[in-house]
Amino acid sequence: MITKRIIPCLDVKNGRVVKGVNFKDLNDVSCPVELAKYYSDNGADELVFYDITASFEERKLFTDILKRVASGIFIPLTVGGGINTLEDFERVLSCGADKVSVNSGAIKNPSLIEDAAKKYGDQCVVLSADIKRVNGEFHVFAKGGREDTGMEAISWVKRCVEMGAGEVVVNSIDTDGVKKGFDTEMLCAVCDTVSVPVIASGGAGSINDFTKLFNTVPEVSAGLAASIFHFGEVEILDLKNELKKNAINVRL
Amino acid sequence: MVAIIDYGVGNLFSLSSSLKAVGVETVVTGDPDIIKNADKLILPGVGAFGDAAKKLEDSGLKDLIIKLADEGKPLLGICLGMQLLFEKSYEYGEHSGLGLIKGEIVPMVGNIPNGLNIPHIGWNGLVFKKNTPIFKYINNGDHVYFVHSFYADHCSESVTATAEYGVEVTASVQSGNVFGCQFHPEKSGEVGLKILKAFCEIGE
Repeated sequence: MITKRIIPCLDVKNGRVVKGVNFKDLNDVSCPVELAKYYSDNGADELVFYDITASFEERKLFTDILKRVASGIFIPLTVGGGINTLEDFERVLSCGADKVSVNSGAIKNPSLIEDAAKKYGDQCVVLSADIKRVNGEFHVFAKGGREDTGMEAISWVKRCVEMGAGEVVVNSIDTDGVKKGFDTEMLCAVCDTVSVPVIASGGAGSINDFTKLFNTVPEVSAGLAASIFHFGEVEILDLKNELKKNAINVRL
Repeated sequence: MVAIIDYGVGNLFSLSSSLKAVGVETVVTGDPDIIKNADKLILPGVGAFGDAAKKLEDSGLKDLIIKLADEGKPLLGICLGMQLLFEKSYEYGEHSGLGLIKGEIVPMVGNIPNGLNIPHIGWNGLVFKKNTPIFKYINNGDHVYFVHSFYADHCSESVTATAEYGVEVTASVQSGNVFGCQFHPEKSGEVGLKILKAFCEIGE
């Protein structure tokens, strides 16, 4: 039986892993290569790397780090951040990424999803959507959650999946960094609309939040988090043991 | 030496890194002479069947791979590379494969129960069906990483393991010296590395 995936997310800036509250006030946490190895050895099902400053900073350092990570870690790696063109896909895939996550790049140019899915397959293209409630409606935000696009989020996700996105990361800006649980309402709305795997992101503060996520929205395929793992508040193996006790199928 | 066949499809970085990690001498190549002289062959692949089959044909390597497999050289197809070993696929039309294993590639859409996500992405448990040398270091129920929307069907003679996903999805196959994994051993952690190691040890 397919298992629910637990995915640590490493936001990388200037070669270091950072994680902020509500995307601001970034704190340096650790070295990406060491952290990736630690997670891979300790139960992570997959890793996500976001090059969070890629739009305006040097990317070379990031791809060097990616290569070092990918040479020593044999679980799936997804890379996002600053992916605007097919050349960006090529750049990170050739350094060992398995999947590429697109966000602002797809908002600027939606055909990027279609072109990339044709060239690399649907399984390679992950839509990452930063979503926030604005006047009672879900809106898509761009540029790392700083800019309201005004677009309704659920129809945006649906459109991207129709164009070839093989997976969707739903990142709730409303719950991100607050550590009071995932945005189950938002996740239900997305899961009701698309049939590709949906990854929940934003809001994990405890083991209980993951149990609640998979029990409340059983269609969700994976839970993604950063700070609770990086700061050692939750060990992935403890989390998975607890999920198993709650009859949620995990890889142990 | 193991040759990873490079015909312009897919990401070979992880595969060559993982073989290096199990201590196997590897070359990534599209050169027919190097492929001929390799002890074993790995046929990788991601993307769409039709494109990959065409690239394999255009590279001039298709007939060579068939010939070497017929002569008994161990061959391992991974993911789309496994699917290419079969007779044909119904992914966006009908396409011919290498025909080394009897069976065909069919879509999950319409064949698996509603409510399951497609693609089938994630870690799923192997259900052993037959002994196969590539599983000598792993156990029934071990988890491996899958990413696919099509699967091999009408191939019961060659199935060595399945994974439960609404139906019994073909996870691995063997027909003599020809092996295939629908999942990605190079992305399946320790379990995957053990499978690659076992393949590389065949005949040694």
